[in-house]
Parts: sequence; structure tokens; C-alpha cells
Amino acid sequence: MRAVRLTVTAATAVAALTALSACTAKSDAKGDDAIQVTAADSKCETSTKSVPAGHVTLAIENKGSKATEVEILFPDDRIVSEKENIGPGTKYTLTAEVKAGSYEIACRPGMKGHGVRQKLTVTGGTVAKRDPKLDAAVAAYREYAQEQADATIPKVETFVKAIKAGDIDAAKDAYAPSRVGWETTEPIAESFGDIDPKTDTRVNDLEKGQKWTGWHALEKALWVDRKAGAEQQALADELLADLTDWQKRVGKAEITPTSMANGAKELLDEVATGKVTGEEDRYSHTDLSDFKANVDGAQKAYELLKPVAQKNDAALAAELDKQFAALDTLLDKYRTDKTSDGFVSYDTVTEAQRKELSDAVNALAEPLSKLAAAVVK
Amino acid sequence: MGEKVNPSRRSLIGWGGAGLALGAAVAGGAVAMAEAGGDADPVAADTGGAVPFHGAHQAGIATPVQDRLHFAAFDVKTDDRAEFVQLLKDWTAAARRMTAGKAVGEGAYGGLAEAPPDDTGEALGLKPSRLTLTIGFGPSLFGKFGLDGQRPAALVDLPGFPGDNLDAARTGGDLCVQACADDPQVAVHAIRNLARIGFGKVAIRWSQLGFGKTSSTTPDAQTPRNLMGFKDGTRNIAGTETDRLKKFVWSADGDGPAWMSGGSYLVARRIRMNIETWDRTSLQEQEDVFGRDKGEGAPVGKAKEHDAPFLKAMKPDAHVRLAHPDSNGGITILRRGYSFTDGTDGLGRLDAGLFFLAYMRDVRKGFIPLQRRLSASDALNEYIQHVGSAVFAVPPGVRDTDDWWGRALFSGSAKSSESAESAEGA
Repeated sequence: MRAVRLTVTAATAVAALTALSACTAKSDAKGDDAIQVTAADSKCETSTKSVPAGHVTLAIENKGSKATEVEILFPDDRIVSEKENIGPGTKYTLTAEVKAGSYEIACRPGMKGHGVRQKLTVTGGTVAKRDPKLDAAVAAYREYAQEQADATIPKVETFVKAIKAGDIDAAKDAYAPSRVGWETTEPIAESFGDIDPKTDTRVNDLEKGQKWTGWHALEKALWVDRKAGAEQQALADELLADLTDWQKRVGKAEITPTSMANGAKELLDEVATGKVTGEEDRYSHTDLSDFKANVDGAQKAYELLKPVAQKNDAALAAELDKQFAALDTLLDKYRTDKTSDGFVSYDTVTEAQRKELSDAVNALAEPLSKLAAAVVK
Repeated sequence: MGEKVNPSRRSLIGWGGAGLALGAAVAGGAVAMAEAGGDADPVAADTGGAVPFHGAHQAGIATPVQDRLHFAAFDVKTDDRAEFVQLLKDWTAAARRMTAGKAVGEGAYGGLAEAPPDDTGEALGLKPSRLTLTIGFGPSLFGKFGLDGQRPAALVDLPGFPGDNLDAARTGGDLCVQACADDPQVAVHAIRNLARIGFGKVAIRWSQLGFGKTSSTTPDAQTPRNLMGFKDGTRNIAGTETDRLKKFVWSADGDGPAWMSGGSYLVARRIRMNIETWDRTSLQEQEDVFGRDKGEGAPVGKAKEHDAPFLKAMKPDAHVRLAHPDSNGGITILRRGYSFTDGTDGLGRLDAGLFFLAYMRDVRKGFIPLQRRLSASDALNEYIQHVGSAVFAVPPGVRDTDDWWGRALFSGSAKSSESAESAEGA
């Protein structure tokens, strides 16, 4: 992970130079009503902690040595408005429309991580009541989703690189790992509507006239046609571009405690309808890798909601703990070896074993369908 | 029975006071049946009414045979006895509601918007349709939960019979539920909702839909035809024949473990028919195979279906001759089978046949000797194959609203361990 971070920082330093000139025109921070935000490498100072609802202006100055990112955030960390890539020594004016409520202003030096936060109270009008525990759960889940997306990009890059090198075996090895982050948080990706059809469509789900792109088109090319030519290279580039788009949008996804709970259930639906049947990865038979990622993502959402769910329905939480553990134990039996993330090819899993997996999925999915109600009640 | 009559899912006269009129009529019928001494339910099929769930025996055995079946065998997935007992209680509560025509739990709509409804909803607006739900415990259940000492001797594993071609995926099961109703959607709804309640505790091992009853437990009714076009099982035990039920169907005090008193034993066999070859068989041979004429169903040499057969007039390997109690030292079982068609078999042939269900007092004295004889000699064997098999101990009825399926079994055995569990739970 450390190596990855260094790479990103180096890249942004280059970008910062460009930003420096590009943003000069907009750098005149105006007026008295603007909130002055002074960002540095380890601090984030704001001139006021309270503003009236309506049009808000942030006059940002980066006094640090790294490029930074400044955001106005809802209590659950959803981004209201943001400016990325503010270079050292540059200024920028960010505007937003805000309703009454509690917000945070975040400076993320190096454009990574939790950043330095300042409270911002927006006054006037009625403030919708929020549950801090649930806001914290959603914020932590968004952070998890962002980490999953961030970790996916280099794995997809490895996949793309292998295809471009015409190395079919290396591309096949990189295929399943490139999907893990996506599969853990698939309901968020699907909530954007336009990305999933481009990246994760199976051939029988294509609409008339729709071009087949994404992972599964490449899966067929690699496993069935054994091809990594110009057409596949173009598809690989497109996949990386679409996934980079996804990575950038996670912060703005609408996530609620209910959608988290339902998302967990939907991940199990994915397993029940696509993975247990072997339909998802029908050429590569790497279904169990996706299966595990779906379950992990559902478990993460559940764990974050568990403090609330446990208070409202202790028996349900106990049942979910038990069934997640049972399914994890069952899946572990299919690992190629104990230390790796790899799973056996799904075409070696017998009908009786698939039935056992399906029973374990049903055993978990049924109580999981009751999580949303336990969270809101 | 008949002490409590539940309102129908949608009685003919609707909810409210008028519903009591229907209740009274049903209760009156129940009294009449009680006088007749039978366990048959008093509700005629065409009223779509409810069969009482509570009684000394489970409904769905002596009850007049309904038109449709959904039968499911389950595997137990938990090793926690308390959890399994809770499932039996939850199932009983759901069965009590569904057989009365009510939705499961808090219903199919109107609850929390964020939660899936308790009931799946497809039976809303349908009548109770004489739904009966009958539970049975398979031999393998007695290897779990410390029940080994409670397995009845009469619940034997069936031996292999000549010609069997059993598919493991359609054989056995730790427990079963037989759902019979006059409306197929009501029967399917019942199994679906019980399976849903059971997820994590039990999982469906196999299930079978049946669409046409092949037996009658109503004395004067016409015997229905099986898919071979014949009436079979003419001399079945009727729900009103108290003495024969006692002698051949209900497990009595002293027969086995006390928890089975008032219960019965169920044998289920999926019998595939070679429909196409049968259809190419001459009428003469078809009638010889059964020992009856095809039109009336009369035994060889007789005029009417219910005329006493003269067995020696039939071919030695005729089905009726071999299966008749007179050829088997009086062995009698209560048959309750259904025809099935599960589409085609991929070779363009119907995957069809008889889902044989029979209740008896002792499997060793009922099905086993009968099937030994049939499997060895029956002329019908050329046209059929047994492809699925299971046997279950069917506990007695649920007495009242405090009672639950299997209570006597789970309270009678390992009493100390159960009180230990409740101490833990407290």
C-alpha cells in the first residue's frame, strides 16, 4: 500500500504544477462573507464555524508543500462540494448551496486519507434530525468503499498491462483479483447506473445494439478465444477509464443506513442468482472469488451497522454473526491454499457442494433481509 | 377436533359477524363426524373451507383427499436442539394460521416498508382450500439432538427392492411436510413459507408437486384414475372407518415410544411411469396387468368398481391380485398418492408417474412385505420404476394452541438437557 501511495503523490505533484497556472485566474478569493480556508500539510484552519444557509463561498489557500483537496461534507461524509488538486501556494474559490445542518470542511493534504477536519454549522431553517451513530456508520462504509475502489485501480492496471503485452496467461491470473474491490461494493457502483452496464455486463444481458464491453467480454476473449489483440486492448483501456470514473464518484454516492443494509442483502442476492449457479464467470470459473468478495462486502456493511442493529434486535445480530461465520468457514474449504486469496475453479465444485453453498447463502440472506428494518426502527 | 374453528382466509360471506355463521356450520359438521367416529374433516371440497388443525391425529391422513399436493423433504442444518425446537414451534404457529386461511406472522403487507413482509402473499384472497399440513420425522433425524433412544422400531430404513433405481437427490430427508389443498397455489404457498421460516435451520432436500389425487378416503366417491388411465386402490381405507384406521393406520399405546401414540408412518415413493411404452400397449394387456377393466374399473369378471374381486380369475401377476389384502395376509395401508408430471426428460418423454404416499401403523408390517411381493412379481413393473424413496414417523396431532409439532418427542426425551437449555436461556 505504501508504494501505491508514493506513486500517487508523485503523480499529483506533476499535476499540481499544471494546476498552478490553470487556476491563477480564479485565485482571487473574494470578500468578507467568504469562509477563509487555510490549508497546510497538517492543518486546516477556517475563519468561521457558522454561516447562514444558502450560498456559501470558501476562499481556499494552500500554504502547505503538497497538493491538497478541500471538501464540504455532510455528517455521513458525502461530498457536498469539492475541489481537488489545489497546488502548494495556490488559491481557489469553492462555492456551494447548503441547507441548515452540521457539516465538516475537510482538507486532504496529498489528496488522500481522512484529512484534517473543521466543523461548520449552517444556521436558519429546520435541521433534519440525524443519528450520529448511523452517520458514523455511513461515513466508515464510504471510506471502505473508497479504499476498495482505490485498491482496485492498480489491480486493473496489472490486468490491462498484461493484455497490452499480449500475455494471455498473465491476464488470466490478473482477472479475478481485478474484480474483488468492485464485487465488495457493487451496490454503490450500480447506484450510478451508467458504469455497471459498461464494466460488468454478461453477454445475455446485452440490450439490442449495445456493444459488449468490460470484464466479461475480456473474460471470454481470454478463456474461450485466447485473444489479446487490438480489440481486447481497446476494451482494456475502456475498462480502466470506466473504473477510474467509478473511483472518483464513490465519495458522492448517496448512501444511507437503509441502503447499506439493503446493499448487503443485494450482495447476497448477487451470490444466490449469479455465483452459486456459476453464471457470473462462466468462462473463467472464478466465481468463488467474486462470491467471497460479495460476502466480505456484505459483512463489512453489517459490522458497521451492528451496534445499532444489536440494540434494536439482539437475536437478529446473533443470527447474522453465526451465519456469516458459517459461510466464511464453508468458503475457506475452497481456497487453493490457506495463505492465498485464490479459490478453486467453480467447474470442479460438484452439484452437492453447490447445494451446500446455496443452503448457506439462504441461511444468511434470509436474516440479512431483516437488517434494514432493525436499523431504522 | 372441531372445538375451535378459525375464520377462513376469505370466507364466502366475508369477514365479521357473518363469518360466525360459517363457523357454526363447520362446527356442526364436526360434531356429526365425531359421532361417525372418523377423523375425516367435515368440510366439502367445494366450499373451500378450512380443515381443523388441532386434533388427536394430524390432519392430512384420514382427511378426504384434496386435489393438489406439494410435498417437501428437509435436511436439518443446525445442531442446536433449542434452535430446532423453536423452529418446530414457529412452524406449528405458521401452519395453524395457514390452514385457517390466514397469512403467516404479521401478514403480507402493511408492515415496515424497510422489511420484507412475513408472508409471501400469493395466497391472499384465496380460500383455505382444505389445506392440511402434516409433518413427519425421518430415520436420520434420530441420529441428531440426542434422539437416538426415541427412534421407533417401526421406523425402519427401507430395504432395497428389485428394480429400484433411486436417485439420492430425491431420496430420504430428516423431516418432511405434506401440504395438501384443493388449490395448488395454497399448497405451494404453505411449503414456500415454511421453507422460508426454516432457512438456516433446515434446507429443502427435495420436493414434489402432485396434481391429481390417485386415491380416495371418502367411502362412496369414485376412485380417481392414475396416469395409466386406471382406477387403483379401490378398497382404500376411508376416513370414516374408525376400526380400520385404528387397526392399520394409527400407532397405538404400546406399539412403540409413547410420543408416537396417535401418530402413523408414512412411506413416500416417486414412481416414474414409462408412459410412452404403456400407451403403446394393447387394451387387453393393460387390463390384464391391472386385473380390472379400463372403463368401469371393475375387477376381472365383475360389473362394478366396488364389486368384491375374484382374485383367482386374474392373471397371477396382475397388480390388483398381488396388492390385494387377501393375497397379503390382510395387510392394508392407507394410500394418499398423487399423479405428477415434471415436464419432460430431455429425451422427449414425459417425466411423469405416481407420487405414492401411504400411511400405516408399522412399516415392517405394511409397505415392506407388500412391496417385496410387488417388486418381485407385479406385471406393472415393466412399465414403472421407483426413482425416489423416503420413510417418516408422523407424530400425533397438535392438541391445542399451546401444543406444537413434535412436543412429545422433544419433551419426553433428554428432559434434563432441555431444562438445562431453558436455564441457559433464562
